[in-house]
Amino acid sequence: MASTFKGLPIALNLPQFENHEKQEGKYTTCYMCACRCGIKVTVEDNEVRFIQGNKNHPVNKGVLCAKGNAGIMKQKSPAKLQQPMMRKKGSERGAGEFEPVSWDVALDYLSERLENIRNTDPKKLAFFTGRDQMQALSGLWAQQYGTINWAAHGGFCSVNMAAAGLYSIGHAFWEFGDPDWDNTKYFMLWGVAEDHASNPIKIGLEKIKRRGAKFVSVNPVRTGYQAIADEWVPIKPGTDAILALSMIHVLMKNDLFDWEYLVRYTNSPYLVYNTPGESTDGLICRDAEGNPQSWDLEKEALVDGSLPEIKPALFGEYTSADGKALKTVFTLLAERYLDDQYSPAEASKVCGVAADDIERMALEMAHVAFEETIEINCEWTDWAGRKHDKFIGRPVSMHAMRGISAHSNGFQACRAIHLLQIMLGSVDVPGGHLAKPPFPKHIVPPIKPAKPTAPGQPLNSPPLGFPTCPEDLVIDDDGKPLRIDKAYSWDAPIANHGLMHMVITNAVKGDPYPIDTLIIFMANMSWNSTMNTSSVRDMLTEKVEGSEKDENGDFKYKLPFLVVADAFHSEMTAFADLILPDTTYLERYDTISILDRPISEPHAVCDAIRAPVIEPDRDVRPWQEVLVDLATRLKFPAFTKEDGSPKYEGYNDFVINFEKAPGLGFLAGWRGEDGSKSLRGEPNQNQWQDYIDNECFFEHKLPKEHHYYRFANKGYLEFAKDSGFIGSSKPIVMELYSESLQKFRLAGQGLYDGPQPKNDYDKHRMVTYFDPLPDYYEPLEQQATSSTEYPFFAITQRPMMMYHSWDSQNAWLRQILAQNYMYMNRKKAEEMGIVDLSWIWVESENGKIRVQVKLMEGVESNTIWTWNAIGKQRGAWGLDPAANESNDGFLLNHLISEHLPSKSADRAVTNSDPITGQAAWYDLQVKIYPAAAGETGTWPTFDTIKPMPGAKKPVSKLQYQTHKAVGLHRSMRDILTRGKTKRDDS
Amino acid sequence: MKLGLVVDLDTCVGCNACAVACKQWNTSGTTGPLTDLEPYGKDPTGVWFNRIRNYELGDYPENKTVHFPMSCMHCEDAACVTVCPTGASYKREEDGIVLVDQDKCMGCNLCAWACPYGARELDPEEGVMKKCTLCVDRIYDEALPEDERQPACVMTCPAHARFFGDFDDPNSEVSRLSRERGGEHLMPELGYKPVNTYLPPRNKTNIPTYKNETNPIEKVKDWVNRLVAR
Repeated sequence: MASTFKGLPIALNLPQFENHEKQEGKYTTCYMCACRCGIKVTVEDNEVRFIQGNKNHPVNKGVLCAKGNAGIMKQKSPAKLQQPMMRKKGSERGAGEFEPVSWDVALDYLSERLENIRNTDPKKLAFFTGRDQMQALSGLWAQQYGTINWAAHGGFCSVNMAAAGLYSIGHAFWEFGDPDWDNTKYFMLWGVAEDHASNPIKIGLEKIKRRGAKFVSVNPVRTGYQAIADEWVPIKPGTDAILALSMIHVLMKNDLFDWEYLVRYTNSPYLVYNTPGESTDGLICRDAEGNPQSWDLEKEALVDGSLPEIKPALFGEYTSADGKALKTVFTLLAERYLDDQYSPAEASKVCGVAADDIERMALEMAHVAFEETIEINCEWTDWAGRKHDKFIGRPVSMHAMRGISAHSNGFQACRAIHLLQIMLGSVDVPGGHLAKPPFPKHIVPPIKPAKPTAPGQPLNSPPLGFPTCPEDLVIDDDGKPLRIDKAYSWDAPIANHGLMHMVITNAVKGDPYPIDTLIIFMANMSWNSTMNTSSVRDMLTEKVEGSEKDENGDFKYKLPFLVVADAFHSEMTAFADLILPDTTYLERYDTISILDRPISEPHAVCDAIRAPVIEPDRDVRPWQEVLVDLATRLKFPAFTKEDGSPKYEGYNDFVINFEKAPGLGFLAGWRGEDGSKSLRGEPNQNQWQDYIDNECFFEHKLPKEHHYYRFANKGYLEFAKDSGFIGSSKPIVMELYSESLQKFRLAGQGLYDGPQPKNDYDKHRMVTYFDPLPDYYEPLEQQATSSTEYPFFAITQRPMMMYHSWDSQNAWLRQILAQNYMYMNRKKAEEMGIVDLSWIWVESENGKIRVQVKLMEGVESNTIWTWNAIGKQRGAWGLDPAANESNDGFLLNHLISEHLPSKSADRAVTNSDPITGQAAWYDLQVKIYPAAAGETGTWPTFDTIKPMPGAKKPVSKLQYQTHKAVGLHRSMRDILTRGKTKRDDS
Repeated sequence: MKLGLVVDLDTCVGCNACAVACKQWNTSGTTGPLTDLEPYGKDPTGVWFNRIRNYELGDYPENKTVHFPMSCMHCEDAACVTVCPTGASYKREEDGIVLVDQDKCMGCNLCAWACPYGARELDPEEGVMKKCTLCVDRIYDEALPEDERQPACVMTCPAHARFFGDFDDPNSEVSRLSRERGGEHLMPELGYKPVNTYLPPRNKTNIPTYKNETNPIEKVKDWVNRLVAR
């Protein structure tokens, strides 16, 4: 033991508490949420002693959140699945009767079934994955299998953010971009429900508060991050677009925008046909080579708008070579947003934010952008080869997430926020919103979603991509959806992440067609990850009409076969026909790949791995290993040698040797035969070990001259091209005006020279929502719901110490939050005679729930809210049926329909953003009223899930420790000589 | 030495990272295990040394939300020590950490009643009192890297709202922060001389507004094109 502390000599008399010789420190990557922080795990006798943040890791820099700190109790969860299982023959689906089977039996059965589907109609396999960090592998698997019916969970999570970013600025919020925490002076946080992103936002908020930057939070609820905001803006849910556009109105009125930035880096000076009723209307005027045209003020002529050194007009009306009327993009923009409907006074009526506040915030941001400009001295070269000696920064930054995303107007709302950022010249500049490599990408990324499928054949492109025109839709000649989730159909033309929330409903209804097998990986689609939970649970067990038991005693289900791959006993596993148990994050190898959801920092290209730190104690396999195994059994071309033998020995071998393009693989670090190359290089057989030797992460720091203006930074663009991030080193031109959206609008108007929607409803949606300029419209469900009858907005927030449904199985975290309440504004409740902690009914057009209410000040008057995914089915997640989560906790999901109210559509149409298919969770409108005397407890409730075979009964007492404590000892002499506490009294 | 914590209420977002880090470290620490009862059942409870209280101040829309982490204040005149009938509770002479000798504690709960901060928790299974040790089993452990010889709660805090050090040293970070940011003790009027301090929220940043008073724009034609090279 030490005899000094920070240089001071002290008498210690302390024993040696830890025997470090029995311990080993191992590095890996956290998976308690999607942040993917670096962790150091101290292991003692194959038990976890301590998990701490890795101080060298670029994402979390040593810190770790509550979830990360509770990893031990995830590992000790009683809900861990123990072995593969099949539904007991003759038992009904959903009854929870299972028989353990060996992995050989499970995989033999599954691969035979999958092979039959693949050789007949591969799209009859739907494969959807939840909170997945391995989409690069599962997407490749689906492409090789040949099914277009693949997507991850982005469609019900945040596709609006990703899509709006990629169709506007070439990157986005969260994973694709970050505020410049070190330089920003004004930070506006829009609709961030505390879990995205976890540690990086907290680290960043502390930095800006320490520097005295202003932090404004736009959110109907004041908890978590909003608590420390300098200004809280309690906006009405779903109205963020009008707030952003009104601030743009104020900037325009005051002639406050970054003129040079707009001319140089955006499509503001491009000329747009102003030819209503013609097929050219709203398209960008282009020359024969397809170059956009601008009006050169010196030459007084149309010029190629993509050339350097031209002097393009930002404003004005001109005429094309063939005599058609043209306007600059920025003229269209100014005409739109100068209109009085965007004035703070008008906007205030919609969003509830006071007009004076709207104006003041806009002018504060203008002050910071233009009067507190940052200059960072650094020589850099722009895309045209011109040298600059500094980076000019407009230090206003923003971050936005699900509060924007989960509305059916979220795509346009997010575009409006990006437009505000661009007007201030604050995208990828010092103090602004920075891209994280491999972003920015060209707008729109040149990947198209796969369309045709053929027996036994891989798809000719990835299942997901970025449509730019109606030709890219995944529809048949009659305009009918080809995908089971109807992604890329007229229902959701640029559904870049698919619509996982529609898969079960569509498959069971056979709309657009029935499927054979659904594989769900790690998504709780019978509970908190689905809309309309009760109905979807019924659908999962819906039998084919008139079906009788077969020779095995089994019924025919409308969804014939359901495979669930997961590590835990969720509500979903009860419905499985086959359960494939996964490992925990501490037990497996994994990649956090640039090909997937990157973890880069703005100024460093990063990726990471997981390496096992403890041995599994049950018969489970990593899902990635199972996927490679199935790919090998099914002889996918990318997994099979020419002689038909397997190409890879397993997942680890695949990761090392698979090349997406020459030199590009899943891991960017330690490439080249000897591991000496970064980002691009031949496979390195020692790559995993090289990562492990570097604490399981790779960080390629960018030189200073590549830190900013990367959309137009020659050096960076060439580096990005060489590294395989982008296909060309041409500049990335930000799109204030989206020609892609206009093409869909023209199709709706019947003016597009290509596929057009056939019915009036689809035409209406194209014309109304596919606005090439961001605009506000009332969320779709609200348009069709009476706000007199259903006067409250109902939304969810994510608690910081829980990741969706995952952490009710965590003995420590559920002590912090085991029951969710419905929170509402105190004054409003008093007006309605609703008492704190009483039980109330919450009712929507889709149903009702009974919940316990808690009153608070920090919520907008017309909004009620709760924590997401705390309510649990009795017996799920290893919990005792008496657990608070199952008796007092609740789900809001019962109230949300997966379809729009019938009066708003001519058919069953998804309750989603009409552009991207993003699930519109937050559009919900409800009424509330007190429950009758004696009505207590959550409603609805469901049968208790049976325990899995071999599952242990939940313990009633937990005393976790990895070694017997070495205690403290106070000597009798000390007791006798020093009764009091004061040192000078002793 | 006078070891203790500084908690910055300007940046604490109430995420509970400190509370769970504490639980994690200390359940295998010197006073571990920190027993949990009904961990998977109704009303789960357990022994925690650090809990986050949440408060609201003011009425909507002028309301504020405060997240307030509470753990042992390591009082200079600790009532919990004074009342201990067995001598199990003590305040270390060397550094002022208030500790409980688990072998001498008889679980009478007097100290918990005496503590106005709710910092002591009886482990009902073991029948002894447990509390924050300032991670005495970390801070002096030379086998740990020097920068990790800190309480687990301080090391993990994502919002850097927690600091550890010697309040007797006027140049320590905790002394300096308390001095410069007006660190306050909780309920000093009770006279127990708590050591830990809380930093109040920083003053709200005032940003001027930038308004173009001279030529407000009414319509698109009010703009005159400028010569800007692309």
